[in-house]
Amino acid sequence: MSSVETTPTSPAPTVRKTALNAIHRQMGAKMVDFNGWDMPVEYPAAIGCGIINEHMAVRTGVGIFDVSHMGDIRLAGPHALDAVQHISMNDASRLAIGQAQYSALLYPQGTFVDDVIVHRLGEDEYLLVINAGTREKDFNWVRDNTRQFDCQVENLSEDFTQIAIQGPKAVTTLQKLADADLSAVKFYWVTRGSVCGLKNILIARTGYTAEDGFEIYIPADEGTSTRVWNEILDAGKEFGAVPCGLGARNTLRLEGKLPLYGHEISDTINVWEAGLDRFCKMEKPEFIGRAALEKAKPNVKRTLAGLEMVDRGIARDGYKVLDHAGHEIGYVTSGSPAPFLKKNIALAYLPLEFAADGTMLKVEIRGQGVAAKLVPTPFYKRPKKAA
Amino acid sequence: MAYPTDRKYTKEHEWIQPNGNTAAIGITDHAQESLGDIVFVELPKVGAELTSGKTFGTVESVKAVSDLFAPASGTVTEINGDLATSPEKVNKDAHGAWMIKISLKNPKELDSLLSSSDYDKFVAEEGGH
Repeated sequence: MSSVETTPTSPAPTVRKTALNAIHRQMGAKMVDFNGWDMPVEYPAAIGCGIINEHMAVRTGVGIFDVSHMGDIRLAGPHALDAVQHISMNDASRLAIGQAQYSALLYPQGTFVDDVIVHRLGEDEYLLVINAGTREKDFNWVRDNTRQFDCQVENLSEDFTQIAIQGPKAVTTLQKLADADLSAVKFYWVTRGSVCGLKNILIARTGYTAEDGFEIYIPADEGTSTRVWNEILDAGKEFGAVPCGLGARNTLRLEGKLPLYGHEISDTINVWEAGLDRFCKMEKPEFIGRAALEKAKPNVKRTLAGLEMVDRGIARDGYKVLDHAGHEIGYVTSGSPAPFLKKNIALAYLPLEFAADGTMLKVEIRGQGVAAKLVPTPFYKRPKKAA
Repeated sequence: MAYPTDRKYTKEHEWIQPNGNTAAIGITDHAQESLGDIVFVELPKVGAELTSGKTFGTVESVKAVSDLFAPASGTVTEINGDLATSPEKVNKDAHGAWMIKISLKNPKELDSLLSSSDYDKFVAEEGGH
């Protein structure tokens, strides 16, 4: 038996570790090199974990993730808004203080440098949360493209341990440890308050799981990070809280069709193809990539579509998609079993003419065309709250 | 983990349990643990010919796709149909959840495979780097 991880990562010269590395190892997590970071992919079955259990905990209770490998860039100064508007595709002028939005940094071609969450922390202060694999690239991009603005750009990536608390029981779990009224914080808003006795902690109601949840930013020292991690797990015990690794993070985001850099979005895929139109505000007179996107709009030829396997087989990243006659028409960007939906699902770039819901296609798996059908996305939408 | 002594092992983490001229084949507990939640097992059909060292099937976990390598040559006489609907049985009991049974072409091929203690040592060394 020889095993291939289906999400390849490029080797990095030095392996970086988060402040929670020791606790992951102590808990028996399976560790992998993720974009140069030594990160937990899943925790052991012996403590009730494994990708499927971790995934289900987030859908039905609460799970916690070390996401300290994410990067953080702070922009502050009189022209911080102008700078953010210039480098990102969403409209940051609509943000109230304490509000956040999904956005992206684009190349002049209208393709992706990275996707980001833009938080407005103060009158002239913004925090961009960026991906691990693109931390240095993103920071350089932001710094180099905002020089003309009266605005300071700081890389705060090393300053924080970032912990995500995700699931329908996230709010109740975190509330036990926080003084601010967390139920009053709306989705994609951020507040500051004490957490586990630490003052003035940034608490954002954001995540990458298609579920309710929070991401908190605490000091990056090992002692504090470990203490907070353990206290959150303890607080969530009654809801079946488990630590979750990158494996569950990937299956959760895939069920919710949240894009992953290098898969659904990249420097060769534009905003229209990726279907992220609603986060791209063309009514903004100027931002990097805008002109190219305006030209590209009538010429879109492929789109990101959702597939569900009909016959036995699992579509994986990079597999070919075939039409009924067996001709290659596209490729899978992310594919996996979906633990909550109990189906094998995939996202794929396909020509527009094949992208209607219900279209029957095939995915080439080990030389065989295996039947799949086009389905509406996201595959999973979290239930609306009753109260 | 104590590996059963009634069978032989490969460095690719399969086990083969002989019974006269036939043998059952599966993957080791170490293999199931490193794969994680197993969701799919693809096996050959009865009558298929296996060649020692060549792939005969696939096992997939949520995250990984792995080839299965034949520990010995022979003809498939039986497949474990349970695994099509309950692949998680391999996680629960890897040494009990056989995948296929074969009639051995040359039972002597097993002599060159690892004993349970050799395999145990091999896994310890592999995990220790």
